Amino acid sequence: MAKVPKPSELLPGISYQPPAKGWMDVKPDFRPGTYCNPAAPKWMEWIGYPYPQARSIPDNEWGLPDNWQEIVLQGMEDRLDRFRSLKLFFDICVRCGACADKCHFFLGTGDPKNMPVLRAELLRSVYRRYFKKIGRVLGEIAGARDLSEDVIKEWFFYLYQCTICRRCSLFCPYGIDMAEMTLLGRELLASVGLNIDWAMASVAQCYDKGSHIGATPQAFKDMIDFLAEENERITGITTTPSYNRKGAEVLFVTPSGDYFADPGSFTLMGYLLLFEYIGLDYTFSTYAAEGGNFGWFISHEMGKRLNSKIYAEAKRLGVKWILGGECGHMWRVCNQYMPTYWGEPVNFLEEPVSPITGTRFENAKIHKMVHISEFTADLIKNGKLNLDPQRNAHIKLTFHDSCNTARGMGIFEEPRYIINNVLPEGHFVEMPPNTIREKTFCCGSSSGINASENMELRMQGGLPRANAVRWVYEQYGVNHLGCICALDRATLPTLLEYWVPEMQVTGITEMVGNALIFPDEIERTTDLRDRDLEGFGEAAEEDAEEGE
Amino acid sequence: MDFFKRHFLVALAAVLGLVVVAYVGAQTKLQILFGVVVPYLAALIFVEGLVYRLIQWARSPVPFRIPTTAGQNRTLPWIKRDLDDKLDNPDTFKYLLGRMALEILAFRSLFRNLRTELRKDPDNPEGARLIHWSYKWLWLGAIAFHYAFLVVVLRHLRFFTEPVPMPIQLLEHMDGFFQFFVPAVYLSGVILVVALFYLLARRITNPTLRYISLAADYFPLFLILGIGISGILMRYVYKVDIVAVKQLALGLVTLHPVVPAGIGPIFYVHLFLVCVLFAYFPFSKLMHAPGVFLSPSRNMVANNRWVLHVNPWNYPVKFTPYLEYEDKFREAMIEADIPVEKES
Ligand code: HEM
Ligand code: SF4
Ligand code: SF4
Repeated sequence: MAKVPKPSELLPGISYQPPAKGWMDVKPDFRPGTYCNPAAPKWMEWIGYPYPQARSIPDNEWGLPDNWQEIVLQGMEDRLDRFRSLKLFFDICVRCGACADKCHFFLGTGDPKNMPVLRAELLRSVYRRYFKKIGRVLGEIAGARDLSEDVIKEWFFYLYQCTICRRCSLFCPYGIDMAEMTLLGRELLASVGLNIDWAMASVAQCYDKGSHIGATPQAFKDMIDFLAEENERITGITTTPSYNRKGAEVLFVTPSGDYFADPGSFTLMGYLLLFEYIGLDYTFSTYAAEGGNFGWFISHEMGKRLNSKIYAEAKRLGVKWILGGECGHMWRVCNQYMPTYWGEPVNFLEEPVSPITGTRFENAKIHKMVHISEFTADLIKNGKLNLDPQRNAHIKLTFHDSCNTARGMGIFEEPRYIINNVLPEGHFVEMPPNTIREKTFCCGSSSGINASENMELRMQGGLPRANAVRWVYEQYGVNHLGCICALDRATLPTLLEYWVPEMQVTGITEMVGNALIFPDEIERTTDLRDRDLEGFGEAAEEDAEEGE
Repeated sequence: MDFFKRHFLVALAAVLGLVVVAYVGAQTKLQILFGVVVPYLAALIFVEGLVYRLIQWARSPVPFRIPTTAGQNRTLPWIKRDLDDKLDNPDTFKYLLGRMALEILAFRSLFRNLRTELRKDPDNPEGARLIHWSYKWLWLGAIAFHYAFLVVVLRHLRFFTEPVPMPIQLLEHMDGFFQFFVPAVYLSGVILVVALFYLLARRITNPTLRYISLAADYFPLFLILGIGISGILMRYVYKVDIVAVKQLALGLVTLHPVVPAGIGPIFYVHLFLVCVLFAYFPFSKLMHAPGVFLSPSRNMVANNRWVLHVNPWNYPVKFTPYLEYEDKFREAMIEADIPVEKES
């Protein structure tokens, strides 16, 4: 693996000055650390994707099929016919540059082709050349260029340096959304066999076994049972998750990040405690074991292939509605695509009603799926949870709005409401206003590029986020970054380890789990991570001794 | 020649060429061509081209509902949603109209614009930090240009109407409010040209903007500058016979074209550039004007979870059905006490 330069080397190297050569003449520099490895053929075979073959970028083995240009152009035509967004976004950009310095990859790399407008031009120039008369006739002076091998390599490089975060779309006067073009561009790449290994492996595993991490049903159960035991050890409360249980009221779906590794697993412990506390009649599914959807990072179709399992399983189990865990891209898919993917009303489910508070989630009337933050906020509002914020007194928090839930859904207040109820007063601080809510910066590693071989790129892309975190760390002594996203919990610890090593990453429900007071619990001396609560442990003992 | 110069100079040369063509043409016997044929042709191309492009766009469906949400969505009734949440994440058609009106009339998204810069900061371990600040100059320049353009266009209706309708007279009156000298200076014309120079200047001086700009970006700026400058020259310097111009204009709209004698060549330059602008419009980035109305990330109600959006080309996809999955793992599932459909 390529060595990642130190922060003090990386940051001064960033310059926003474009090179002297015109962008059409600059070829991408496939430097180790900046790109993802091409997908291993095995994964592509598993899901029936075309042109599986071993490929190597350093050896310049791209393995393009003979008629690759024809395939790509046909694919482009096809998508122009099926997506008005693509046609429109290709046609109406005025190159005003408003989006340019909005992309975290541009801000972190200084590479002009990471300006959303130029990323779009990489595709648009080909569109002009083959679908517009003027481009066909005038060529370069009309902003058109041939679809050469260099161009498709460039697409591969830059379309996997876009995390589909939509920050550009927010600022564009016409809402031109590079995320949409990146998705469709990636579909074109996939049509000639170009995929990235990290995303493809997750997709294939999820397709085959049920989750991105490829856990078998028994392994899935083991992992969650283990976390239930952890809960019991720390709180004395027996949480009793069930699996594939027919007739449960609610199917709970969460991304694999939440049961696979720290710190996501602490959030899962929080879910278990919360559900136990309110006596929710719910079940996990080993088949619909994945809330996340790396398929959507590869194509709309693959997104649907993975997503369909959730409704199918809800139907089979006969639940009334679905509860979804903390995850960004999962919820973007759920919000923007899920009912449309399914295509018809989901009549086998009911309009979600909280069995505890009786609240009807009218906003999920056809989706039939409720976000855990909505659900928890409603519980707190109705006074159903007995919470002790002092148990989170060791946490000084700032909140990262995940790009997907922010700009692809619009969920801002619920997590903040929960945070304010589970933390002592004054323990929640916002980052600078231009870096949160709808203007939030991406973690820099979403959309399937949270691999390890592209670590330098990830650290660059995450710079704007980390930079804002550093600010609240320095100003207010913030020590935790909260989020409602499992991918964030997988990627932000690495990012912050690099830029702001003092910072921990936490889910919101983890803190709910800390704060919940069960009538029959054992004395709590640590949080769910086995860290001493304030007033307990060695530090407290020392204080006490000093006091004597 | 580098990329920038090529694109810049080609656009400049094209507009200068057009000026020369019109100037020379108007002094020959071709006034009929420039006064009548070209305007009709331009109008035809404009209308047909516009309709054609709109149909082209409309023929592609919108498979998914993808509004860019920029405010709190509708969830629990007690969750606070301010007016700006409702406008930036519209949950009803009413607020959608509000969002679109703000985009079109006030360039809402551009108003949100920020600048981000990497500033030296000795307190930071890496020696620098990113700073984001509100940057409204582009918005101001764009608003100034577009509204000035609109007013200028509306003012021109006085040439095409007899009697001139009251609102147009009023507009003209307000626009000429500042009577420094005779004839009254129209503010709109001045703002139009100044704003255009600003837009051009930023394109040339901002390195990243210069890097992305194409001839197609300079051309409309030069073209509209040409129109604005020729118009100003005509009004304040090389006066033309306004009565004759009105005769020509009225002739055009009443379909009884006449070419009165004695209109100066500068008028033909002005008119020709306008014709080119009209004919160019449907095939260029100027289509952002109708385009913004159709943009799926802006013109859709964010009601995804309570109103079904149907994708007209939705098709069944292959995914592993549950039973196939169970077949694969049945024994292990039974052993792990996970319920199964079939025991063996
Ligand atoms: C609904 C109507 C319209 C809207 C909402 C709109 C909006 C915008 C916005 C937001 C910009 C970007 C800012 C800028 O670069 O100045 C822009 C640029 C531009 N617009 Fe419009 N516009 C509209 C109609 C028109 C019309 C009718 C023209 C006709 C000539 C026009 C000509 C231009 C030009 C030339 C630019 C590029 C300026 C540059 O290169 O910097 N627009 N428009
Ligand atoms: S903000 Fe929109 S119109 Fe302006 S350059 Fe970016 S994509 Fe193009
Ligand atoms: S979607 Fe995000 S990552 Fe992609 S170009 Fe836009 S701002 Fe950059």
